[in-house]
Amino acid sequence: MREIVSTGNALAALAAAEAGAMFFAGYPITPSSEIMEHSSDYLPQRGGTCIQMEDEIAGICAALGASMTGVKSFTATSGPGISLKAEQIGLGFIAEIPLVIVNVMRGGPSTGLPTRVSQADIGQAQYPTHGDYASITLCAGSLSECYTEIVRGFNLAEKYMTPVFVLLDETIGHMHGKANIPSLEKIQASIVTRARFEGSQEDYKPYDVPMNKPAVLNPMFQGYKHHVTGLHHGVTGFPTEDAAQCEFNIERLTGKINQVHLENDGLDDLPDYEEIDMEDAEVCIIAYGSIALGAYEAVKKLRADGIKAGLFRPIMIWPSPINRLEEIGARFKDKIMVTELNMGQYSKEIERVIKRNDFTQLLKANGRPIAPAEMVAKVKEMM
Amino acid sequence: MAFNYDQYLRIEKMPTLWCWGCGDGVILKSTIRAIHKMGWDMNDVCIISGIGCSGRFSSYIDCNTIHTTHGRTIAYATGVKLSNPKINVIVVAGDGDSLAIGGNHTIHGCRRNINLNFILINNFIYGLTNSQTSPTTPQGMWTVTQKHGNIDPTFNACNLAIGAGASFVARESMIDPKKLEKILVKGFEHKGFSFMDIMSNCHINLGRKNKMLSAMENLSWIDSITMPVKKYNELPEEEKLNYFPTGVLRQVEQEEYTEMYAKIIASHRDNGPKITQDDFAKKI
Repeated sequence: MREIVSTGNALAALAAAEAGAMFFAGYPITPSSEIMEHSSDYLPQRGGTCIQMEDEIAGICAALGASMTGVKSFTATSGPGISLKAEQIGLGFIAEIPLVIVNVMRGGPSTGLPTRVSQADIGQAQYPTHGDYASITLCAGSLSECYTEIVRGFNLAEKYMTPVFVLLDETIGHMHGKANIPSLEKIQASIVTRARFEGSQEDYKPYDVPMNKPAVLNPMFQGYKHHVTGLHHGVTGFPTEDAAQCEFNIERLTGKINQVHLENDGLDDLPDYEEIDMEDAEVCIIAYGSIALGAYEAVKKLRADGIKAGLFRPIMIWPSPINRLEEIGARFKDKIMVTELNMGQYSKEIERVIKRNDFTQLLKANGRPIAPAEMVAKVKEMM
Repeated sequence: MAFNYDQYLRIEKMPTLWCWGCGDGVILKSTIRAIHKMGWDMNDVCIISGIGCSGRFSSYIDCNTIHTTHGRTIAYATGVKLSNPKINVIVVAGDGDSLAIGGNHTIHGCRRNINLNFILINNFIYGLTNSQTSPTTPQGMWTVTQKHGNIDPTFNACNLAIGAGASFVARESMIDPKKLEKILVKGFEHKGFSFMDIMSNCHINLGRKNKMLSAMENLSWIDSITMPVKKYNELPEEEKLNYFPTGVLRQVEQEEYTEMYAKIIASHRDNGPKITQDDFAKKI
């Protein structure tokens, strides 16, 4: 372990560099700009490149371009930036280009509340662009996770050949404090790099993969010449409108994430959620991101007051931890309190999974955090 | 001996999807000949295209190819080139791609002077999608979105590129493929952003209501509005308004972006000197 005193945004930039990212392209936007500022040191220090582009769209285009050639790459922005990048994210999905997209969430819609905290991009992360696909979205709930979830994001992007969102929020991105992060050796040992086709160059068909498996895109300029397109494509990567092929493509793009996540109860060996004091709990608080930091306090206070509270904190937001959420729904029934900094975007997913809507919500969308005292009061109302 | 195009083509993709008599095929052939003259290993070539008829360009040449979104070619190419500075990158985009939806990237690609070979296939219309007005459609012409005549002023792409600081700016049409090939080679040889405005015909969707129903009529019109830059420069100012000068319009030596970035890496990694204002010829 390493003990580092830093901010969430700086830790995110460090994590990317240590995960092997060699390319960053982006555009300044509050509250994520520090990720680019730190990357402009961390990447060239390692022989990589960091470029400030002319706009948000160019930022993700350049990052995708680098990744298409085989270079680990990322971009960082906030909600308005994701809105602008949306079309290119779609190209990342259909062409199966690994990319980490960090979204340090601020209040919206539109320019909204640039310097204030929000968690209102949960829905945007699930469906950032037109068409059918499945998104992987991680959400950092502590300074340490600003580091570890970024590394995990790169590994998932390379493993599943897809853009991956890592959500921070203004509070956690700008929070300055002590973080315990894994040693560099441990991180380097965990690094996943995209699979390569090793056969003869003539036989190379990047998209000739079975159902629910990711494409095999070799690095460019190493003999395996290939074509990348945002159009629907056949096994060789060239455009097609063949109905059976297009149907297979969409089933595979969604299945390689959603179906695999369901069957394996996760996409990797790391936890999709954290649970605090859940063993004997009678009431369950569900919170994620910086709001969970307040929820830890609320659980302590409630227990001190004689109420057996527990905390369920999702880390992988999309695909959501369906199996565990179902168990929580069955066990706690209406004794569930979901608290988030939006008008109930993750609550909707909980309702969908547990098939109940009688749980309590504590929501806020005015750019202010939710204090532990507010959570305590809300839970007491329920009991 | 006739030039063998097959070694550079993805033959299984032939014939192209372009209409009979389309100039894009001529530009494709000239590009292949120019690549051949450069002697590039096709493993080290990346061709990046956008959306529209010109978007198909990338799928026909056998190298590393990327068919991107509408207007974003230069931005994708910047990522490819910066992360692989030794690779030869050709960017192909239409007039809508480069001057309308992607105008900002064109400006900044020129300004940054990154070593990209940018071929603007300028056919004065949105051809693939049925004749909508493009930024280069001449005023007064018929389009499906301006059936009573286009009132939008015509864009001079090369003037934009010069203004934005591209270190190589040239214009040519595809009427004379040999001339075109020469311009392309000059652009490919140039270190820095090479902006090449290549005029092409679209008798199908520009010509159909503008009295240019055949390729030949469309080409004659292009011929009538272009003039070698030397001759153009001798025209009285008021007559210059009726012509686009062809040939190399600007070529200067200027710091190239990936080379400058290599100095940034050296500065960070090997304790090399930091870049200061003294490193640049221009002080502002």
